[in-house]
Amino acid sequence: MPITMKELALEFDKKNPGITQGHRLCPGCGAPITAKFVLMVAKHLGYDPLVGVATGCLEVSTTIYPYTAWSIPYIHNAFENISATVSGVETASRALKKWGKIPQDKRHAFIAFGGDGGTYDIGLQSLSGAVERGHNFLYVLYDNEGYMNTGNQRSGSTPPGAQTTTAPVGKVIPGKPQLKKNIVEIIAAHENVYAATVSLSDPVDFFNKVEKGLNFQGPAFLAAMSPCVRFWRVPESDTVKIARLAVESNYWPLYEVEKGVYRVTRKPKSFKPVEEFLKSQGRFRPLLSRPDADKIVGELQAYVDARWERLLALEEATKDKPIRK
Amino acid sequence: MAAKGWKEIPIGGTITEAGNAKEVKTGSWRVMRPIHDKNKCTSCMLCWLYCPDQAILQTQGHMDGINYDYCKGCGLCSSVCPAKAIEMKAETEFLE
Amino acid sequence: MVTVAEKMRAKQALTGAEAVAHAMRQIEPHVVAAYPITPQTPIVEYFAQFVADGLVKTEMIPVESEHSAMSAVVGAAASGARAMTATSANGLALMHEVVYITASMRLPVVMPVVNRALSGPINIHCDHSDSMAERDSGWIQLYAENNQEAYELTILAVRLAESEEVRLPVMVCLDGFILSHGVEPLEIYPDDQVKNFVGEVKPYYPLLDTSHPVTYGPIDLYDYYFEHKRQQIEGMKGAKRLFPAIAQEFEKAFGKRYDFVERYRTDDADCVIVALGSTNSTIKYAVDWMREEGQKVGLLKLWTFRPFPKEEIRKALDGKKAVVVLDRAASFGAEAPLYEAVKSSLYNAAHRPAMGSYIYGLGGRDIRPEDIRKAADDALKGELNADEQMYLGLRE
Ligand code: SF4
Ligand code: SF4
Repeated sequence: MPITMKELALEFDKKNPGITQGHRLCPGCGAPITAKFVLMVAKHLGYDPLVGVATGCLEVSTTIYPYTAWSIPYIHNAFENISATVSGVETASRALKKWGKIPQDKRHAFIAFGGDGGTYDIGLQSLSGAVERGHNFLYVLYDNEGYMNTGNQRSGSTPPGAQTTTAPVGKVIPGKPQLKKNIVEIIAAHENVYAATVSLSDPVDFFNKVEKGLNFQGPAFLAAMSPCVRFWRVPESDTVKIARLAVESNYWPLYEVEKGVYRVTRKPKSFKPVEEFLKSQGRFRPLLSRPDADKIVGELQAYVDARWERLLALEEATKDKPIRK
Repeated sequence: MAAKGWKEIPIGGTITEAGNAKEVKTGSWRVMRPIHDKNKCTSCMLCWLYCPDQAILQTQGHMDGINYDYCKGCGLCSSVCPAKAIEMKAETEFLE
Repeated sequence: MVTVAEKMRAKQALTGAEAVAHAMRQIEPHVVAAYPITPQTPIVEYFAQFVADGLVKTEMIPVESEHSAMSAVVGAAASGARAMTATSANGLALMHEVVYITASMRLPVVMPVVNRALSGPINIHCDHSDSMAERDSGWIQLYAENNQEAYELTILAVRLAESEEVRLPVMVCLDGFILSHGVEPLEIYPDDQVKNFVGEVKPYYPLLDTSHPVTYGPIDLYDYYFEHKRQQIEGMKGAKRLFPAIAQEFEKAFGKRYDFVERYRTDDADCVIVALGSTNSTIKYAVDWMREEGQKVGLLKLWTFRPFPKEEIRKALDGKKAVVVLDRAASFGAEAPLYEAVKSSLYNAAHRPAMGSYIYGLGGRDIRPEDIRKAADDALKGELNADEQMYLGLRE
């Protein structure tokens, strides 16, 4: 039975999900919503969650000493090493169970949160190592497509043409020329893993995938579309609207890969043009006002279409054929 | 919280009072104030689900209004409300 | 079948790496996360075999880098587990960021550091440039003269690190290849005695205790960062205070006496040589040789570099005619690290000795008794210049 919002509302009537009020994230930020979704599901399923957070918006804004917005155990170590850090926590729990210091039936959920900088870029090695070693943890990427904590610098996740301070749209260069890394497939290629995309706009699909990830024996990875109202230059009230546009334009397809088996979890009859997603955000305005805007937008649309065709083909090709037992 | 000396705080920078950020009343940031209309509200709880600051009050799935201690006034609740039961008003309207 | 314990009881010929691995087997930490690097590799290999053979219950994390090794150890130690790693040179440098974090989180991790020259150019042999680069990281640093000491200090370090007054990580430094790969006869104590001595780790706010949730690693700005640093300074003072008591307990358990410093024929010496690590054995040989010729030379060996035993050094050196400090690391644009610290400890001495600074052995360059004699001869002839950097075994 899928988890419903009503169920969660009843359960978390007075109970705290793990992250509290009083954090200093921007009004309308997607990151605390992502964290809340994940933790509510973990608690709902009877897990005792522990979180590790990579340096970034979510980390600095929730733990300004002497205050913490976490009502569950929390560790931050550095920017690039949250997966290694959480792998140490997870291993300690196995060891201490062996030693009889922790009850055998204790159901911890080890959850790592990282932004796109800490995931696509500086933390990729640590993440890959932890996934390869098969630690039982859930990594949640809150993807806001840039180094937003430090004021909007380009990351490996920034889409082409988005205005950032380190790949600005200039008189000659139309901003970042590269496409986003395909992080889900990078992680899925470890094969022993459950990897999926989620979006705040589709909470039931989101809850479902958190549940799958937590119950998966081994590493799980969720990439959450998590708009940054500040540097995407959108109204604070539009976080969910923008996330929905990302999905509806197929900019952010919803799918999962479990041990190599692809499954597209949302297949609408048609998609909105990607341009609509771009036009909804101020960060693309400098690009869209260039004379070569059509060409760049066209290329992105062609990529999005090709990626969709490929996803469907992969779903077909990998059906019932897990690469690992 | 009055600043403490080095002998009075736990070592290693650990914070041992879980969730004490609740003492930080982020409601003071608010520029726009969400006003909840009980008559229009269907208690669908979408606003509760999405509020980034957990500032929607509820009792057993029944929407009870807004916790202005923490509400930063982002307007997300208003934008996701299918019943248009939350209106955003400028804080200046409420100046005494 | 002879058990491992029985096999160990007698003196046996072991490399330093194997001796340290046995200390780790006996300590039996809950978690070991490590990445291989020459010359630390055999420590990890021996320990992995102990794990594979079921001699320890330890969970090993075969990480993909030293940065992740130290990061995983931080996660495990914060969880309430006893956690260890080991490294060398570039591995330690790669860890650097997290080395500081470990100390600032007050996690009592013990890490054997097999001293190796830091790149570049790349070099795999011994000097102290790796551990000296971490001297202000907030870790306690112990230096071993031989394999027996490397083994014993690893065991002693656990108690020092985990003491409530201290709660700081410890590097046990042993010279790369010279000790790590050199075979020496040594005594491995019975497993139960070592286990008794190290006892159980008393976790401090363990992360895994979900009924008492704590936050580790918050952002700590101008209003509290300074206070937390002051606490770390106090922890290091605690290590200074507590070390003699732990050393005494160690002596009671195993019969071997440790101190901040070892004085070797210093009482009536005119000239005292100061050094860290395995070179102390060569210096002892040179001292005996010079003594036979009637020259009043002695050695002051340091077991602890952090905390730095200022008072003990002053006590040993005040009133001597000359002091020669041998450094196996350079500080570019400043005085060599050990020399600088020894010299500074003598600021308040009643009778300041003449002082000389000698750098030797960089990148594994051999140091011979003749080289040491050369430095001592300079001192005895009254030819030391406290401001001039000298070199031993270097071609001009
Ligand atoms: S979203 Fe609107 S209708 Fe739904 S509970 Fe909130 S105020 Fe009521
Ligand atoms: S305005 Fe924003 S912070 Fe305030 S209740 Fe609505 S969603 Fe929450």
